[in-house]
Formats: sequence, structure tokens, C-alpha cells
Amino acid sequence: MLEIRFHGRGGQGTVVASKILADALAKEGNYVQAYPEFGVERRGAPVFAFLRIDDKPIYDKSRIYTPDHVVVVDPTLLEAIDVTEGLKPGGMIIVNSDRKPGEIKLPKTFKVATINATGIAVKHKLGTLAAPIVNTAICGAVVKFLGLTKLESLTAAIKEGVPFAADANMAAAREAYEKASA
Amino acid sequence: MKKVMMGNHALSYGAMLARSQVIAAYPITPQTQVVELLSEMCASKALDAKFIKVESEHSAMAACLGASLAGARTFTATSAQGLALMHELLHWASGGRQPVVMGNINRAMAPGWSIWTDQNDSLSQRDTGWLQFYCASNQEVVDTVIQAFKISERFMIPSMVILDAFALSHTYEVVELPDQDKVDAYLPKFNPPFRLTPKEPHAFNALTSPDHYFELRYKLQKDMEKVPAAIEETGKEYEKAFGRYLGQVEEYHCDDADFVFVTSGTAGYTARVAVDELRKQGIKAGNLRMKVFRPFPFAKVREALAKVPKAAVVDRNCSYGHHGIFYQEIKSALYGEAKAPALFGYITGLGGRDITVEMFREIAKDTLSKPRPSEEIGWIGVKR
Repeated sequence: MLEIRFHGRGGQGTVVASKILADALAKEGNYVQAYPEFGVERRGAPVFAFLRIDDKPIYDKSRIYTPDHVVVVDPTLLEAIDVTEGLKPGGMIIVNSDRKPGEIKLPKTFKVATINATGIAVKHKLGTLAAPIVNTAICGAVVKFLGLTKLESLTAAIKEGVPFAADANMAAAREAYEKASA
Repeated sequence: MKKVMMGNHALSYGAMLARSQVIAAYPITPQTQVVELLSEMCASKALDAKFIKVESEHSAMAACLGASLAGARTFTATSAQGLALMHELLHWASGGRQPVVMGNINRAMAPGWSIWTDQNDSLSQRDTGWLQFYCASNQEVVDTVIQAFKISERFMIPSMVILDAFALSHTYEVVELPDQDKVDAYLPKFNPPFRLTPKEPHAFNALTSPDHYFELRYKLQKDMEKVPAAIEETGKEYEKAFGRYLGQVEEYHCDDADFVFVTSGTAGYTARVAVDELRKQGIKAGNLRMKVFRPFPFAKVREALAKVPKAAVVDRNCSYGHHGIFYQEIKSALYGEAKAPALFGYITGLGGRDITVEMFREIAKDTLSKPRPSEEIGWIGVKR
């Protein structure tokens, strides 16, 4: 079983990112469980989403407290909250940032990887300049960094599950997948 | 077809596959995405049904009853305070023998305002004469809606299909959607013997004198008593068609257990993880998950619990001034039984407090350490 926690801000599509990944993983025969932080979401406020993946049915319906990996959709959260809370030693922290992994201040017990998802989203005109929608680019990077699924499964999930600008979203995911290297 | 969906939408798909003909709902909190998706299905004609938007849950059930009397297969959904507002009409549904199926998202009753899960909303409706099914996965939600229509329409008794807020309602899981033609074969068209029609005018539910009322309620109870066998029968039929058995309880490692958890809802799945862990440590644990609460599955509960020396009933609800509600009911089902376990009762997870594997470990430790059962409630995870 693999457990992943996503940190974002309301309105960035963090919950949708976990759902798209769940769709992609299910296409390859995995059992998945994706859920948002149980509560009321507000635009701009810190939000969480969670993803469990297994090759057998998932019976644990409790929340994830000790994730294997963490995804930080909004880099300003690194200063606002402890994104490493409960993270297993050796776990990967994937950060949406234009900086190099070594330039991100995080404990050395974790692996850090970065992807400039904001830059990719802006390039593909996803959302607005002030509020780009970065989730599909994030998904592309997560799939690559963690070796979760084939890129084609992800783009197929985006095509089926994203109601607007499916082509641009697929292109963003593809570009992030290609650029993601640890 | 396999699809990743949230529990709310699992209810919508269940209602769609059952070919619901009328859906009446109040569309504002505590309502969920259940009726949002159904309204989209009605608008796009994916579902050939009339969607009636009303001004309250009380009116939603009233509209469902009118439609059901006219012979339409009828569905609605609600939650918590909305269910409480329906209370009067719940009696009308069962007393009038209208086989409405309703999804209820288990949410804690206010105050304080809560959108998080516990079972006090649905269990408060225990004596309204509705069948109550508690689900542990989104797959079970889709399957149970279809089965509920079949049983409800056979006995003309309404059904509530119940799932935990967030832990199922907003959680995405893989669901195998049954083929429509197979569902049609399993669940033929609703064809009630009596219905409201201008061609043959009738009055329903009129003033009923003491000469007749008693017999109507006697018949309701007598029909309720036939439902357990029908659940097993239709559950096996469902398994034959779709590969998934739908019974009254789910036993997990109960046969050789030194003690079992008795659970319901999603906690009934998390308990299985705890059972696996405990067994790895050499502790013979088991889990009895209650899938049906009304009618109460007396025979299945007695049969499962006759095999074990100890049982820990885990309630996500409280009958204030008494105990956990499943605990009360299981205790009364075991009264006078020659073979019955020492019974312990725990309350946890009220108002959406998470129920974890760790909590089941704590419950197991407490149960196993006590030589004799006690009436005292075991409170798990409460801050004191």
C-alpha cells in the first residue's frame, strides 16, 4: 500500500489532482482511494487531499496520518505549515517550484524533488496568470517521480475527467512528465 | 464498467441503474452531490425521470409519496437535520406501504453544526418502519440501492440506504457498475397492485378506526419478519448475476475467534485491518459487520456470536441515558440464548472523529483484559 498526501490552497485543483491520479491508477488495475480533507473548503486557504493505492482491496477507511510521500502544490505552504508531519523517513516531497531541490529548505531525512508546474500551467494557458491551474502538470510530475503509472494512462484519465481544455491539460501533464527528473 | 466515483455519486448511479422514475429533493445543505448528479442525469436524459425540486425535506418526502402512490419508482436522498425534518413523512411512507428508496448520508445532528459523520440521524428513525441498510464501500452503495428497490417493492416497505459522511460520501473508490440489461432482469418494472389513477379513483390513507388500524400495523410487522429471508434470497440472486453477495451481516474470521468486533458502516471495514494485524500477533480476532439494522438480523447475529466467547460492539452513536444503540440491540437479541458471548460496548467517532486501526487495538486490549462484562460504556478517543 502506498499513501500520498497533497497540500494545496483552495481553488488550485488539489482535490481534483488526487482524483485524476486515482482514475489513472485504476485504469491499470490498481485499487485506489482518494479523498479530500473532510471539511469545508475556502478559496486560498490550505487544503489537503489524500490518495491510497494498493494491488488489493483497501479496507482501511481511516485517514492517512503517516504518508509515504507528500506533494506540495503551492510552495508558499512550505513556510505556513509543516508539510513533513507524519511523513515516513525516506519519503519524497514533490514541490511545485522553479528552484532546484537543493535550494528548498526541508529536513535531510526526506528526498526532495521539484517541478515548475506553475510555469508549465501558464505556458499552456491553464487558469489565469494570477491563478494558474497547476493540477494536471503536478500529476505528470508525480507519476514520473514516483513511477506510478504509464503516461498514457494519465493522459487518458485527464481526457475523460477534465471538463475544460483537455488538450492543453494533457500537454501540460506530458511536459511535466518529461521535465521531471530528481 | 469500472469507474472511480465518490459515495454520493454511487447512490446516484444506483438510483439511475434502478431506473428511478421520480426523484424529489431539497437541494441545499445538508443535501449532497447525490441529487446534483441525478438532476444532471435527468436533464441530459441519461435517466428518464422527473426531477422535482422542493422547498424542504418534508416536502421532498411528500412528493415522493405522491409519485409512489401513482405507481412510479421513487428515490430521494438526505442527511442529518434534513432526515429529522422528514420524520413525520417517514411514518406515512411505511404506514402507507410506499416502497420509496432513500439515500441517507450519516451526519451528526446539530448543535453544534456538523457536516461530519455519526449514526444518530438514521438511528433516531429506528421505529419509523423503514428498512435500514448500512454500507462500507461505494461498491456496496450501488449494489444495495438496486437490491433495496427489489425488496421494498416486494413487501411495499420503504428502504434507507445509509453511508458515512466523507469517509464514503466524498471518498473516491473503484466501482464496478452493473450492466443495465442485467439490472433490468434483476429488478423488473415497479407494478403495484393499487395506485392513484384518474381512471379508477381511490382514496388512500384515510381515517382508520380502531377496527382496522391494528391489523394494518400487525401486517407491517409480519411482512418485516419476512424480509431477512428475502435479503438472503435476493442477495444470492444478486451474486449469481453480478458476482457480489449481499447479505444481512458480513462475518470476517468469526469461526475460530477468541473475540469479535461488532461494527457497522466504514468502521466495519477498518476493523478488518485491525483483525488482520491482531491475528499476525497471535490474537484470534474477528469482525461481525452489521449490514442491515432493520429488520434486525436476529438469526444471523445469534449464529455468529454463539461461536465466540467475547464480543465488543463498537457504536458510532449514542442513545443518551442508555448506551450505544447497536450494543442495546445486540444485547437484547442475545437475551436468553444458551450460547452467547460476554458483551462489551464502546462508543467512538461521534461527530466525525476518525475511527482508526489503533482504536480497534485499544478496544481489543480492553475487552481481552476484562474477566466479566460490565454495563459501563467504553469511550474510545474522547478527550478528558
